[in-house]
Formats: sequence, C-alpha cells, structure tokens
Amino acid sequence: MNFPLMPPQASEHAVAYDALFWTITALTVIFTLIVGVMIYGFAVKYKRGSSADRRNAQSHNEKLEVLLLVVPTVLGLAIFAWSAVNFTSVRTPKKDEMELFVIGKRWMWHVQHMNGIRENNEMHVPVGQPIRLTMISQDVIHAMYLPAFRAQYHVVPGRYTSLHFTPTKPGTYKLLCGIHCGTQHSEMVGFVHVLSQQDFDEWLESGGNRYTKADRSMEQVGADLWKEKGCGNCHQGTDNNRAPSLNGIFNTQRTMTDGSTVLANEDYLRESILRPWDRISAGYENTMQAYANSLSEEQVLSLIAYIKSTGSGATPGQGEYEQPVRDGRALDSSSKSTIDIANDRASAGASQAKELTN
Amino acid sequence: MSATVVDKTQEEGLHEPHPKKNYLTADHTIKSWLLTVDHKRIAVLYLISTTFFFFLGSIAAAFIRAELTNPMGTLLTSETYNKMFSAHGIIMVFFFLVAVIPGVLGNFLLPIMVGARDLAFPRLNLLSWYVFMAGGTCFVIALMMGGVDAGWTFYTPLSSLYSNTPITLALVGVFFAGFASIFTGLNFIATVHKMRAPGMTWFRMPLFVWGQYATGVIMILGTPVIAITLLMVAIERMFKIGIFSPELGGDPVLFQHLFWFYSHPAVYIMLLPGMAVISELMACFSRRPVFGYKFVAFSSIGIAALSFLVWGHHMFVSSQSVLQGIVFSLISFLVAVPSAIKVFNWALTMWKGSVHFTTPMIYALGFLGLFVVGGLTGLYLAAIDTDVHLTGTYFVVAHFHYVMVGGTIMAFLGGLHFWWPKMFGRMYSEFWGKLSAIIVFVGFNFTFFPQFILGYLGMPRRYHYYYFAPEWQVYHVLSSAGSTVLGIGFLMPAFYLTASLINGKRAGRNPWGAKGLEWEHADSPPVTLNFDKPVVVTGPVYDYDAEKDSEMIRAGQRLVDMVKGEEEK
Repeated sequence: MNFPLMPPQASEHAVAYDALFWTITALTVIFTLIVGVMIYGFAVKYKRGSSADRRNAQSHNEKLEVLLLVVPTVLGLAIFAWSAVNFTSVRTPKKDEMELFVIGKRWMWHVQHMNGIRENNEMHVPVGQPIRLTMISQDVIHAMYLPAFRAQYHVVPGRYTSLHFTPTKPGTYKLLCGIHCGTQHSEMVGFVHVLSQQDFDEWLESGGNRYTKADRSMEQVGADLWKEKGCGNCHQGTDNNRAPSLNGIFNTQRTMTDGSTVLANEDYLRESILRPWDRISAGYENTMQAYANSLSEEQVLSLIAYIKSTGSGATPGQGEYEQPVRDGRALDSSSKSTIDIANDRASAGASQAKELTN
Repeated sequence: MSATVVDKTQEEGLHEPHPKKNYLTADHTIKSWLLTVDHKRIAVLYLISTTFFFFLGSIAAAFIRAELTNPMGTLLTSETYNKMFSAHGIIMVFFFLVAVIPGVLGNFLLPIMVGARDLAFPRLNLLSWYVFMAGGTCFVIALMMGGVDAGWTFYTPLSSLYSNTPITLALVGVFFAGFASIFTGLNFIATVHKMRAPGMTWFRMPLFVWGQYATGVIMILGTPVIAITLLMVAIERMFKIGIFSPELGGDPVLFQHLFWFYSHPAVYIMLLPGMAVISELMACFSRRPVFGYKFVAFSSIGIAALSFLVWGHHMFVSSQSVLQGIVFSLISFLVAVPSAIKVFNWALTMWKGSVHFTTPMIYALGFLGLFVVGGLTGLYLAAIDTDVHLTGTYFVVAHFHYVMVGGTIMAFLGGLHFWWPKMFGRMYSEFWGKLSAIIVFVGFNFTFFPQFILGYLGMPRRYHYYYFAPEWQVYHVLSSAGSTVLGIGFLMPAFYLTASLINGKRAGRNPWGAKGLEWEHADSPPVTLNFDKPVVVTGPVYDYDAEKDSEMIRAGQRLVDMVKGEEEK
C-alpha cells in the first residue's frame, strides 16, 4: 500500500504552483505549532491548582493585539501577492498557443483540433507547446480539470471560456469534470496524452484517434455550413445595405445601433449567430433569422473558425472568402496579434488536412 | 458578574411562586409546549428538531462514506449517490448548522445573559420554529418523493432545467428555513438593543451575546438574498422564465453570484455563534476574563462586515475576470485576520488562568485545534492561484468540514455540555462526556485529514466512482474508518445526556462556578420569567479570579494531606 502525496507535476504552471502550495503548507504547520504549543503550554502550566505564578495577570494588551493584527496581515498579503502574480501569468494567453476546442456535454468531453480531428474523452497535445482550450458547454456547467497541470476552469453554457497550459512531460494524465453535472458526473472523465512533437505529428498524420478520420478542417466544415445556410446571401464580400461583410471582422471593434462598441470576439460572433437581435451593427436592421435552435455548439464553433479564417483584426487571412475592402480603407497587414498567429496556424492545419484527404 | 436584585415584587404584583416551578415544570400539556412563547421552551423545541435533522444528515453521510471505500462503489447507483450527498449537504447546512446554535443556545441564553425576561418578540420566535419545521417538512417530503440530486449549491441550469427530481419542493423548504433564520436574527438584534437590564452596558455583555448579535446582522442582511434567488430558480423551473438558463436567455453565472452572496456570509452564520460559545467556555474554565475582550467583540463585527465582500472567492474559475478574482482574493485574506485574532486571544485567555479540564473545556480545546487547521487551510483557497487546482475537490470538502464540523459542531457540543445543567438542572457523567469529546476529536481528524491529501491529488468532490485512480482508495478507506469513530463519538452524548435527565445529579444554580447572569442569578432550570426579581448589573463581565481559584484548590489539597497525616498518626 502506498500513500501518494502529490499529483504528477506535468506543466510549467505546476512547478510554480507547487512552490506556492508548499510555502503555504509550511506557514500552516508553523502557525498550527505556535498555537498548539501555546494551548498545550498554558493548559499544563496553569492547570487548576498548579503552583504557577498567577500575579500581574493581564486581560488585555493593545501592543500585543496590534502585533497579532499586523503579523498575519503582512504574511497574508505576501501570499496574496505571490498568488496573484502566478494567477495573472497563467491566465495571460501565450504568444504561440495552439488552440483546441472543447465542448462539454452530459457526460462526455468532446475535443476538436483545428484541422478537424475529433476526440471524445481524450486530448492529444504536443509537449512543450502552449495550449489554449476554447470551451463551451452544451447543457449544464462543467469544469475542465487537469490536476497534473494544476489547471481548472469552468465550462459554461452560453459563453466561451478558456484554459491555458503548457505541458512539460510526455505521459498520460487525468482529465476530470470539476463541477457536479448530474447523474454520471463521475464518469465524465478521460485522459490527456502529452506526446513528443514527433509522436504528435505522426498522430495527426495518421488521422488522430482510430474512430473518426478527419476529412475536413474546422474552417472547411464552417465554409460548407456557410453555403448550406445561405449566410453569403446577405453577408457578402463587402458591406451592402442588407448586412455587413464578415470578412476580417474577427477581433475588430464594431459599433452597434445604440452607439456602443463591441469587440467582435468569439462570444460576440456566437451571440450574433444564435440571437442576432440582441446587438445589431449600426446602420442595419433586425432582419437576420436566429439560429438558436438549429445549430449545434460544434457547428457554431466551425462557423466561427471559418469567419476567423477570413482574417482578424486588421489582418487578412487565407480563407477562400473574397478579400475585404471596407469603407474604402486598405487593410494593414503589418501588425500581427496573438489571435492572428493562431489563425495562421489554423490555416496551416487546414492545408495539412487537405493533404490528408488527398 | 456582579448584579443586585431589585425587589419590585410589591409594585409589579409578582408573587414568589410556591412551590417554585421552573420553565419545564410550569405546565405539562403538549399544547403548552407547542404554543409556548417562552424562549427557553422554544430552544428545547429547536434542540429536538435540529438533533433529528442532524441524525438524518448523518445517515446520508454514512452511506457516502461506505460507498467511497470502493473505487467502483458497491451499494448505490450514481443517481442515489447524488441524492445522498445532496440530502447530506442541504440538511446539514440549512436545517442543522444555520439553526443549531442560535436556535438552541442563542434562544435559551441571550435573554438571560442580558438580564431580560424573554426575547423582544416572543411570538415571532415561536413562528420562527414553525416556519423552520414547515421548511424541514417540505424537504423531508422531497426526500420521500425520491430526493434531489443537484447538490446543496443548486447550481443552475442543472437545478433549474436538467434535474428530474423534486427540486422545487426542496427549494421551498430552504426558503422557509431562511425565514426562520431572519426572524431569529431580527429578534436577537432587537433584544440586544432594547432589552438589556439596567447597568448591562455594551461592554459588559458576554461575548456570547456579541457573537449572536453579529450573527443576527448577517442573518437579516444575507438570508433575503438567498430566499429570492432560490425562488427565481423555482420560477425558472416551473414556468420556464429565463433567468439563469442561457437556453432561455438567462445567465448561469448570475446564480452563483447571488448564491454565494448569501452562502459565504452563511459560513459565518454557522461559525460566529460557535466562536461566541468558545469565548464563554475559555473564560469560565480558565477562570480569566477573555483576553482582549474588545478585540474579540469587534472582530465578530469585522467578520460580519467583511463576509459580505468575499463571495467571489467561490468563483475564481467560473469566468469572472482576472481583476475581479484578484480583488476578491485580497479581501478574503483580510477576513482571515479577525479570525486569527480570536484564536490568539482565546489561547491567551488561559495565560495565568486556572484551567479546569471539564467536558466543555475539552470540547473547546478541540475546537481550537480543529479551527486553526480549518482556518489556515482557508489560505490555500483564498489565494487565487492555489485555489484554481483545489476548488471543487476534496480539499475544499476537508476545509469546510474542519470549519463547520470542527468549528460549529465542536462548539455546539461544548456549549450544550456547558449549559446542559442550566437547561435541564441535571449533571451528566463527566467520564462519558470527556470520552465522547476525545473520540469526536480523534475520529474527526481521521475522517477529514486524508481528504486534504485526496483533494491535492485531484479527487473532485461529488464523484461517485474513482476507478480511474485506484491510488486514492487508501485515503478513502482511512476517511471512512475515521467516520465510524466520529459517528460513535456523536452518538454517545445522545445516550448519556438523555440518561442524565432521569438519573443525573441535581446541578444546583452554578455547578461550574461560572460568572454571568445565567449562572449567578437564575435557577437551574430557570423559572419562566428567568429571574425571580429584575436584575441590575453593577460590575464588569468575566470577573473571575484565577489566583484565588487555584489557591482554593491548593488549600483543599493541603487540608486533605493534613487529614491523611493525622489519620496515619
């Protein structure tokens, strides 16, 4: 019988995390000992009838109270600052993240790679590669919990959340659900396979897991949906009087009819597809049909992947959509945001998937 | 506490009852109990009903612990398992912990301690018990209909749209229990402000009263929020009006904000009364005034105020922004400071005291040990980064059991053993009392300490199976074994306390040699109007003399030695 005391330490953050964890543990032990010794010492020394000196007993001492106030506060604030720095760094997206999409549903995890490869209750990632999970739930709240990476974030219906980690050790680790989600909550478990870059490339090459072979990348699926649903009837290459063009719309500031501006991120795009009446772009009317009940979360993610592939921020992408020319402004391609880089990689994934089908 | 007795018998037309009847013997009919407006009788009603709910919740806990000894489970289906932990959580939080100390000890003692004849609103007090029982009945019916499976936190949209169990009825039950709590809080606040005896200034009030007062403030400010929130869940469930469910256009995270806006302060609704009890026990059995009385008193108020500003620390990974999380983390660290002050002051109370190792004192020392661990492990969860990995795991389960069971229940049992002679006029067996206190302490640590490690290893709470991690089993087995010991420890008082009612020694007015109006100026059990005559307080609180107390013991010992010496000659 063995008594494990630590989960595997398999991400960059896990190392920083454990340093803080064991520091707090040390403080906890020290303070427990101090209080323990005080209680035991006083209780024994001043046991009823003992001959201890009880003269000049104090029942209050302001200086001591201030000390008892200041010492825990200072130590607490130090721990707080350390933890806040750690947390900020782990929640800040890294530059060259690889994006994976996660859909939580009762009771399984559905993972989709940019090139269209899908997995259920498994996730393959290359070692040393910063990963970003873009996650949404199809029903109730779940939580993506990866103990070996000390990473956890809720997967909420109706909005995208993200989880960032960089695996550092090849191996197989637990993937759990951290929020009670109904009957089979404890069976909503799976594994993360951290592979060496070479193994990962081979894994991608051979079509991912053995059940589903990806024939189309996410953007291709999105492009087909785009045609099937007739999105292009209104959203054309340039703005027209029925609808704005969506070319390169991702990550740009949009002005709404009420004059407010909104960043066209994943959440905004999802909202505009499912419930377009909520926020209408300035200069347009509420004419678009709502797709709230006719598209799955997976299809919405594919559509967003497609829209992203047409460019983002002020950068044109390589999608098959006509290049945008909006308001007669030429588009500047010099500055690349992190999301553009993700997009370039997405496009690379797309070409790779094409190769796979050939 | 020095006080003089004012003889107003003549002017108020009161007569010395003869033969003297106490509140228990004043009337014997069932009706006289069910329609009583005597705060002491209502306290007894609360004692019986919360004990019943505690045993109901414990049965659910026993099933959970039995099931978790095996990674694949052996007794229950997942559906039943989910219903078990939901029942355990809902009963223990809403029908036991929140009500037990204010309902039993607070109701019984608060008026006596401030020198009043009853609470400010006796009928409201009775109504509070009825509302509590109505809530309890609703939940018991929901249990009989099969039970609910959404956990005590009722997270939406699981609770509002997806669960197929009688959630609405359970919500109504909790809603009612909430009103019981509001009525009690209102009563305590009004009583402390308006009913104090002449001379009972704010800083002559026992710390028990300060604690109940702070609790009352949280009860009336926080409980309405949870009541309306749960009502909104019920409305969404019944009429499909979108409030929390994104499918209907609602926001699921809004529920968490509203829920924790109450449920974090609720932690202090459960804990502050426990801390209040501990102050009394430490003072009495150290024969010293509580060290730093004002700091301890104001730390209760500080905790009550700050407790409303930290709810976001339950939601560090639920999609709130990084900045929001960091601010909540900072305030959570600040709320730890008043608790630390209390712990050090309680320990310092024993300094140059005369420490009596009685049953209540052993419970109080047990409380200190467990609360220190419970409080310090709160640091891991207040620190936003360490919380990310630990939130929603057994670490959290262990932490809040250390605080709620190690804190509130140890304090309640300590308080119950302390005031039992006052409440019922009988002494229980000190031997069984001390033994139960030690068994509870040991069993508790065996049950919950392994869960800290389980949580760090990554075991999520509310998991029925863990077949994917057989290495966790050893800690689950330890924990389940410990819970058996803990269960025995909890059962013992039920027997020897009940037995004491029949064959216990008569306690007399002040069996512990304690200070305070309830010990020095009220009978055991007290008469219906608490005091024979109105009291006027003339001296400070906790006027103990440890030196004299210990000197008396030594003198007694010398006397015994002398007599022995004489006999030998």
